[in-house]
Amino acid sequence: MSDATARLDVERVRKDFPVLATKANGKDLVFLDSAASAQKPNAVIDAIAEHQRTGYANIHRGVYQLSQRSTEAFEDARAKTARFLSAADPREIVFTRNATEAINLVAQTWGRSQLQPGDEILITEMEHHANIVPWQMLCEATGAVLRVAPIDDEGVLRSDAFGELLSSRTRLVAFTHVSNALGTINPARELTAQAHAHGAVVLIDGAQAVPHMAVDVCEIGCDFYVFTGHKLFGPSGVGVLYGKLALLEAMPPYQGGGDMIETVTFEKTTYAPVPHKFEAGTPDISGVIGLGAAIDYVTALGLDAIANHERELLEYATKRLAAVPGLTIIGKATHKAAVVSFVLDFAHPHDIGTILDQEGIALRTGHHCAQPIMEHFKVPATARASFSIYNTFEDVDRLVEAIEGVRELFT
Amino acid sequence: MQELRELYQTVILDHNKAPRNFGPLEDANREADGHNPLCGDRLTVYLRVDDEDRIADVRFEGAGCAISTASASLMTEHVKGQRLEEVAVDFDRFHELVTGPVNEAPNAEELGKLAVFAGVREFPMRVKCATLSWHTLQAAIGQTPETAKTE
Repeated sequence: MSDATARLDVERVRKDFPVLATKANGKDLVFLDSAASAQKPNAVIDAIAEHQRTGYANIHRGVYQLSQRSTEAFEDARAKTARFLSAADPREIVFTRNATEAINLVAQTWGRSQLQPGDEILITEMEHHANIVPWQMLCEATGAVLRVAPIDDEGVLRSDAFGELLSSRTRLVAFTHVSNALGTINPARELTAQAHAHGAVVLIDGAQAVPHMAVDVCEIGCDFYVFTGHKLFGPSGVGVLYGKLALLEAMPPYQGGGDMIETVTFEKTTYAPVPHKFEAGTPDISGVIGLGAAIDYVTALGLDAIANHERELLEYATKRLAAVPGLTIIGKATHKAAVVSFVLDFAHPHDIGTILDQEGIALRTGHHCAQPIMEHFKVPATARASFSIYNTFEDVDRLVEAIEGVRELFT
Repeated sequence: MQELRELYQTVILDHNKAPRNFGPLEDANREADGHNPLCGDRLTVYLRVDDEDRIADVRFEGAGCAISTASASLMTEHVKGQRLEEVAVDFDRFHELVTGPVNEAPNAEELGKLAVFAGVREFPMRVKCATLSWHTLQAAIGQTPETAKTE
């Protein structure tokens, strides 16, 4: 159960992020683009540097002490990741390059080995391109059919349509836990149960969820859950695929190479047990250890405290932005993460981005790798402010003030 | 703020708000679509090129940011009546204007009103906005009248 009283000491958190003490265009940096990639705390920076300075060697290979220590640190990060997602077994955690690769891994292994022509994959209209394109490629390769559950004008998945699109032909349901462009939080457990009732396998894209809320894959019941390290204050280059053990064991390997084999002869190769079967070649060892440090960091802050802080920020930002004449918020789900996408009727998002940048405010403008969402709302792009553990009410005030500057210039 | 004023000069803001030569061109004999997938800007450039390879008329339509809209608008004014080889020369000049080194004074002598885009070189992320219409114009010029009709 979540604790509504847990608090975040934001001033202390801010001191953990060296970039927040820097200037952008001569102004104190206001970083409102954590949904694209989060900033890094000293705990992560130091863990990576320390491993590279004194703890580095390749893993799963050497018999010498340094390699053993490096391997232990790497596998320790896997165990932390499993606990972080409340997974039953660390072997259910596969390290990838990012969430995108984790989705592609499932598409290329589970998908190619399981799908037949006429089978259906169901996704939603609010997916990031990373949860659209791999399935389109899989459909092209197998003859499966991609179906898309629509959203309404608040940016909420239409549960009636979702239910109607499920059938015995549905083999896989893939949906985002939290929409990167709209902030909408999907009811992961309910959708998973609905999909399972039709015998479909469920993959959830949790890239935007894990930095903001406690995630329990057993409670959700999903078969696959993916996320990326860099949005969780960890380094880029490390992603995570959680998969139920029985499913992972039944899946063919992804890439071939070292570390994923048991024995190799020119006649026949046998594969290593999971998760190593899916981790060919030397991985980003220090990156995985950095991800472990990031997980320790957010766990120590407390996911409930993080969620409470971001809820307050979202409420305040929504209130202030909604009061700006000519501003329209895109995505008004009741159940929403701290993301506010908006358009101004007097300036294009790209112009907003440039002008805000001059005020030291970093926010994302564009289609957010979710072109179908832009299509739904009939906008070419939006400006998106995404809030994180280190953002303050003052950041919101600076944003609103800067938008008034855009108005002055443009009207 | 000074750099912003350089980028968003009055002329640019004016052409953004009231773009010239905006809308389809009924008797166009060449056209092309331009798209900047990064920011979602889209525009179509319509041309009527006469028998002497002169741009007899040019119009555009589409949706984009202030820089791309104003650039398209000012471009249509600039190239109307020009011969195609003159357009090619000015394309290069314009490109140099918006991408030249920041520490060098831009040379905009031959470009008339287009000189207002010199501020773009301070904002490398915005170069694509300023040049989208020019690339689209170039694509339209490269078309033969026959292929334009089949679209």
